[in-house]
Amino acid sequence: MIALETHNLTVSYDRQPVLWDIDFSIPEGKLVGVIGPNGSGKTTLLKAIMGILPADSGFVRIFEETLHHTRERMSYVPQRQSVDWDFPATVMDIVMMGRFKKGKLFGRLSKLDREIAENALERVDMTAFRNRQIAELSGGQQQRVFIARSLAQQADLYLMDEPFVGIDAASEESILNLLKAMRNEGKTIIIVHHDLHTALDFFDWVVLLNTRLIGAGPLPEILTEENLRKAYGGKLTLLSRIADLIKSKEYPIREKTSRD
Amino acid sequence: MGTFAFLRKKSLVGDAVAHALLPGVVLAFMLFGQKSLWVLFPGALIAGWLSLLSIEAITTYSRIKSDTAIAIVLSVFFAIGIVLLTHIQQGQYGNQSGLDAFLFGKAAAMLPRDIYLFFAVDTVIIFLVLLFYPYLKLYAFDPEYASSVGLPVKWLSFLLSTLTVLAVATGIQAVGVVLMAALIITPAAAARFLAGRLSQMLVWALIFGMTGAVGGVLISYSAPSMPTGPWIVVLLSIMAILTFIFAPGKGLYNRYLIRSGHQKKITDENIVKALYHLSNRGGKKRVSITELTASRRFEGSKLEAGIKRLLKNNLIQRTGNKIELTEKGFQEGARVVRLHRLWELYLNVRMNIAEDHVHHDAEAIEHIITPKLEAELIKELNYPVTDPHESEIPGIYQNRSND
Repeated sequence: MIALETHNLTVSYDRQPVLWDIDFSIPEGKLVGVIGPNGSGKTTLLKAIMGILPADSGFVRIFEETLHHTRERMSYVPQRQSVDWDFPATVMDIVMMGRFKKGKLFGRLSKLDREIAENALERVDMTAFRNRQIAELSGGQQQRVFIARSLAQQADLYLMDEPFVGIDAASEESILNLLKAMRNEGKTIIIVHHDLHTALDFFDWVVLLNTRLIGAGPLPEILTEENLRKAYGGKLTLLSRIADLIKSKEYPIREKTSRD
Repeated sequence: MGTFAFLRKKSLVGDAVAHALLPGVVLAFMLFGQKSLWVLFPGALIAGWLSLLSIEAITTYSRIKSDTAIAIVLSVFFAIGIVLLTHIQQGQYGNQSGLDAFLFGKAAAMLPRDIYLFFAVDTVIIFLVLLFYPYLKLYAFDPEYASSVGLPVKWLSFLLSTLTVLAVATGIQAVGVVLMAALIITPAAAARFLAGRLSQMLVWALIFGMTGAVGGVLISYSAPSMPTGPWIVVLLSIMAILTFIFAPGKGLYNRYLIRSGHQKKITDENIVKALYHLSNRGGKKRVSITELTASRRFEGSKLEAGIKRLLKNNLIQRTGNKIELTEKGFQEGARVVRLHRLWELYLNVRMNIAEDHVHHDAEAIEHIITPKLEAELIKELNYPVTDPHESEIPGIYQNRSND
């Protein structure tokens, strides 16, 4: 089964297109790395898949359905730095947030929810920290709390934004082992990752981006020297000039009438 | 509401809304020609709400950042309000006295029915916050994640703004436009020092807010010449300052205690270490204070206090005007020297720092290493016998034979 398909996805950030016609699909049960240089639209891709950013054109299918139907099967882990860790909350408070769902009446949580959250904490080895203030955690511990919150959602497709940035080696290894175990349970995990060296050890499937799709497929087929040169050898000057033009001259990115 | 504004780093929003209420109030008065709160209050709400919308529109559709947007909206709305107010005062509206109560606040001018209205509105605010608490918490902490699980983020943001406007509108007649920001933010800022969780923070903020309000009213009641609103804010600020200083854990006083505790520990350990060296290298067990200060520099007052503490803890004993280490003190001295030399060795071996550069670092670190770290250090360095300067590391050889 196809876990994720993007079709002709074009997304802009602050009116400037950062992803052009991204078109790929990912089979179920893979550990996938989204790789590309800085500013290549990796985070934007995740946000567009999760529906946090609107797409200018194209669509996303998850487990062959629209986001609206499958949202409960997906889980998103934002970049660790995107939130204020000084927020007054305990580790358990944050993990319990993973149990909030849209339909649930005013977000009240049951005993079962608490158990699921406890299990999630256990899987990231953070049970001892359950009543700790999140402000007191190290970077790696914060990341593990974020992943526990995501585990508590019990999803089938996980989208994680740079979970390996700024964490200690022990946390990195423990997170990686956890992700591999999840993959072996049949979950699909898509990870935005900027470090090309470690990517070789981590992933079995790769989406290589640089504002356009360079390639998507099994790691050895995609991470070829030629593809990497395309991805990291600088931007397409003409493409970025067009993107600048769209931003500065207020052109529409797609004509309203055209359909994909 | 202040708590949420504070946590979302939008502390100044309350101020902007408060200023923006003015044109709403004045316009409502001009349209309906009466000062009844039932007319003015909706006017205030609409204006406050428009101001929030404009702030958001400016930040979304232009390159202006939110602090600038707040400043612009605040002054524009307030200016319009003042223009209108001046116009009324010079014009045909006669019955305008009392509108300026909104500017500087005049709690005494409130009528019983006004108070009922405010009470009802505040109850609604508290009820709504309790009802949507889990969602608001999630949204305040991590809006992107909230959006990713399908929560109606726009709606939540709208709810928070509306509640903010309501809260500001009920407070404004008591303290006035100028002081409103303090009423919204100060309780939240103080509460952050006391609370570890959002729910506790909300309760603390509520307690602070209520205490301030009641206190302010009492003061102006017992001394009628005293204004209520400013007193509320003064009381809130006093409470906030006291919490900054005395809050357990994060308060300044507590941090001072911790630091001075460390300072004492360092002095004591240095005295013991100096005595240990004197008795080991110099063969002088009993030393006078002069001999001690000749071997290592101590600040006079700190030294005296340190010696007193060491005597009390039975680490040294005094004979006449000379002091010497007790058996327990000798062990303690050995421990400090051991940590010092272990750290020197660690720096030298593991971090490739030259032997003649490691001493000063070790002087500081020897007071920090915990017994657990000490054990790990010894193990990692494989039970060393001498430090980089070929001095013996005391206490390890014996321990090894005990293993």
